[in-house]
Amino acid sequence: MSVFDIFLQQLVNGLVLGSFYALVALGYTMIYGVVKLLNFAHGDVYMVGGFVGFLVLSVVAPMVGPGWTGVAVSMVVAMIAVGFLGVVIQRVAYQPMLNAPRLSILITALAVSLVLQNGVLTLTHGQYQPMGADLGFGGVNLGLLFISYNQMILVGTAAALMIALELFVSRTQYGRAMRAISIDKDMCRLMGINVTAVIAVTFFIGSALAAAAGTMAGAYYGSVWYFMGFLIGIKAFTAAVIGGIGSIPGAMLGGLILGLLESFGTQIPGIGSEWKDVFSFAVLILVLVLKPTGLLGKSEQERM
Amino acid sequence: MAQPRSNAFNNIIAQFDEPWKRYAAFAVIVALLLIAPISLGPYATVILTNALLYVVLALGLNVVVGYAGLLDLGYAAFFAVGAYTVGILTHTFGLDFWLTLPFAVGAAMIAGVIIGTPTLRLRSDYLAIVTLGFGEIVRFSARNMEITGGASGISGIQQPWLFGWHINTPFEFYYVFVVLAIIAVIVSVRLQHSRLGRAWLYVRHDEDAAEAMGIDTVRVKLAAYVIGAIFGSISGAFFAVNLGAISPESFSFQQSVLILMAVILGGMGKIPGVILGAFIVVLAPELLRDLGEYRLLLFAVGLLLIMLFRPSGIWPVRGK
Repeated sequence: MSVFDIFLQQLVNGLVLGSFYALVALGYTMIYGVVKLLNFAHGDVYMVGGFVGFLVLSVVAPMVGPGWTGVAVSMVVAMIAVGFLGVVIQRVAYQPMLNAPRLSILITALAVSLVLQNGVLTLTHGQYQPMGADLGFGGVNLGLLFISYNQMILVGTAAALMIALELFVSRTQYGRAMRAISIDKDMCRLMGINVTAVIAVTFFIGSALAAAAGTMAGAYYGSVWYFMGFLIGIKAFTAAVIGGIGSIPGAMLGGLILGLLESFGTQIPGIGSEWKDVFSFAVLILVLVLKPTGLLGKSEQERM
Repeated sequence: MAQPRSNAFNNIIAQFDEPWKRYAAFAVIVALLLIAPISLGPYATVILTNALLYVVLALGLNVVVGYAGLLDLGYAAFFAVGAYTVGILTHTFGLDFWLTLPFAVGAAMIAGVIIGTPTLRLRSDYLAIVTLGFGEIVRFSARNMEITGGASGISGIQQPWLFGWHINTPFEFYYVFVVLAIIAVIVSVRLQHSRLGRAWLYVRHDEDAAEAMGIDTVRVKLAAYVIGAIFGSISGAFFAVNLGAISPESFSFQQSVLILMAVILGGMGKIPGVILGAFIVVLAPELLRDLGEYRLLLFAVGLLLIMLFRPSGIWPVRGK
């Protein structure tokens, strides 16, 4: 394979990886926008999404087959179920903490993450669960480059979800309220916006996007397990920081950039794939040093 | 902070607010620790040694979380830095254990400054996730590098000599850890009442006001982070010579979480609370053997309940 071949192939890999990161990063950034909370449990919400998708797929596979139809059904069910899980988490754990010191909120978020992680660990005894999706190996050969249908559908679905989100945030009443709350929550309350409801909707959407990514990742990589949300949680946060935390287009951009950086970074001689995770972390530190507001983020005014 | 309600448990705790009672209790605890191994036997001694290790680790993390109010989710990384520095220098380069201690401290300080300097300028949320990442990076690096022995780690680490005394039985190590824990308690108390300790208190409660009063908040927070790193590194050094073998899996995210739980369950910022927390984290699984894999879930649910219903821990700081 020539260098150009490798370049193109890594471009495709980077796009697939970047779609996952972007979907999870969106939840981070949206939730951060409305409640200024770094939701540590978000990676685990993604993991739970993968497991719900796995369960639904094993139920519907005998009826509609384990192909893309089955995965699509599982994904939609997982999105709805995990969306409600996100709302429940917000109500039970975060709502009572809204006025607590920041440290307490962060620890609560960590506790939620641990409950989800260890809950699934206990239920599955820490085993990988094979997803059993049969997506086929077909694809398009573009001379130098082979793109599988799976990769196309995956990136396409992610793009569709992001476009839908963008339309929701920019065109609907709830989207407008969401943007307003991220600027000044108290003022929104005075203006008659039902802040609690909008926060719930935000958690629903953010969690549903993570669940979509979780189900697709399970189908694409072939299995789910209780710890799958941990690394992607850190990486999606990195993506959100690259794009500028609180910025929705930033999260999409950051996800793609990180996906591409990672797939190209592992091709640099001396940085093998075992250093992949170290690489993305180094990116995070660099961004925090050089441009902590990210590419599309607004510089944050310190409260006084 | 809400006043703890009056109930039987709080009343017992309140008994120890008078200094002389506290010193008496401290003396009784030390005396009990000294005779414990003789009366409890070898198995209990090993468990208690582990509990004391957690006391030192938790007191170190308490400087970061409890005193300065910063969330560190990768504390096991410093524990690993200390253990590996000692492991590599004694095993591969043949240095004496006591000579490697300064290197372990130095390595942890450098790591602390590298991680802390860029992140402490930003919102405190960033530190939490950066430390989380750092914890994983240290473990990854330990697993992928040759000098750290890869996934199998380093074994055959020599047990130390001290003035002709070879520290090599579990009982001897137990007493080494008793001394370490006592030193850690004394250092914690002195730090809390120092100028730096008051600066931490100020920064924790209102960072902007602290800055307005002329406290260099970044430097003060960095000091907490680096001091915490030193505690972790020294614990790691003694952990390495005690076990004689270290591997990357001893320094996982779960390890960081357990240490953090020790700090929070007992009560952040208050030394007796942190010690209590460390003993709970180590002894609970021993007492509840049958729980098996439910153990971590139980701790996680406990942590969530504590945060929701008693955020200042089982043994909280009184009316601040």
